[in-house]
Amino acid sequence: MKIYNGGKIFIGIIVFVALFASPFYLNRGKAVAKPELKIDTPEIQKLPEQERKCVESKEFMRAEHMQLLDSWRDSVVRGGNRIYKNSHGKEFNMSIQNTCMKCHSNKKDFCDKCHNYAAVKPYCWTCHIAPKEKKS
Amino acid sequence: MSINRREFLKIAGLSAAAGIGSVAIFDRLQKNALEASEFSAGPDALNAKKWAMVVDVRKFKTPEDYKKCTDACHSAHNVPDFGNPKDEVKWIWTDTFDHTFPGQEHEYLSEDIKHKNFLLLCNHCENPPCVRVCPTKATFKRKDGIVMQDMHRCIGCRFCMAACPFGARSFNYRDPRGKDAKGQPFIKEENPEYPTRMIGVVEKCTFCTERLAVGKLPACVEVAPAGGLVFGDLADLKSEVRKILRTNYTIRRKSELGTGPAVFYVMGDSGYSVVPELL
Repeated sequence: MKIYNGGKIFIGIIVFVALFASPFYLNRGKAVAKPELKIDTPEIQKLPEQERKCVESKEFMRAEHMQLLDSWRDSVVRGGNRIYKNSHGKEFNMSIQNTCMKCHSNKKDFCDKCHNYAAVKPYCWTCHIAPKEKKS
Repeated sequence: MSINRREFLKIAGLSAAAGIGSVAIFDRLQKNALEASEFSAGPDALNAKKWAMVVDVRKFKTPEDYKKCTDACHSAHNVPDFGNPKDEVKWIWTDTFDHTFPGQEHEYLSEDIKHKNFLLLCNHCENPPCVRVCPTKATFKRKDGIVMQDMHRCIGCRFCMAACPFGARSFNYRDPRGKDAKGQPFIKEENPEYPTRMIGVVEKCTFCTERLAVGKLPACVEVAPAGGLVFGDLADLKSEVRKILRTNYTIRRKSELGTGPAVFYVMGDSGYSVVPELL
């Protein structure tokens, strides 16, 4: 079997693969810094020690906050039920704008950090009003 | 490859079992740890079987009386003012008699009615055409009669605007968070407690569901002249609304269309102070 212009084709393929894979081997071993969330906003620090707890556990919120927010939204908008009783029996007003962001008043260092890292773009803030960012 | 009956039945049986099994597994997967917790309406929430409003037009004596209501609503709900009637977004507004009750007007109306404006808002119909046409069920009827909408679901098709015979729905042709040519924001002062909307969705009055949930009456009712706007449960014989309906002659907008509006008007003269032509 004879390949016409074989040399050029193979060089082309090698160059293409090298370029295409360059992000992988150039960044090998260099981990992008894990996003570190700031959960020490002035609002949280003002709370007494025992009340510095999110609506659910840290692990649950980290993994499931989108499902939680989604079920909150359905409950509030479509069901008309606005009070959430968490697994410890504590009650919260289900509102991203008035409950979540009252404590997590640092959208940039809280929501955006992870969302940018994971390249997800939730469209919460086209309608919900984010708290004013404080210069720090 | 040919297949005999025995082989076919085996495969069919296995695939049916796999299908049922996977449905069960997916159901299991979707249930997260939220099960332990529960949702409820707050302790102060106002409840009704059928919310309704009575507008006693005799109590509104000046355009300012109306303006108080419209301003209270629009500032509470971050309703943008685009400064252009074509793009107007409104939850509650006023109009003349012949526009409010078309077909009822005639040459010899009382001076007062002729020159008066009327307060208009979503009628929260019993049989709402906007709900019927919505392709995403973004607008829906709650158990308490309120025609509510889920902004998360609205795709901005505007079918509901075409369906509503009362013009109660407004489309955000522009970004409500934007600014006009002079750099003034369309929402003068944002209420941080309530969301805004985004470009490309339809909005309207919600009978203040967010206020009812914490035991407050709608924003317009609170600032209206005493007895001007009455809000209550149509299903409750003892409610203030029913009392007024029992003792006064009331009319509804375009009731002949059969949508069953839940906003009633008590008519009568009030010595309305302004002749609109002179405004």
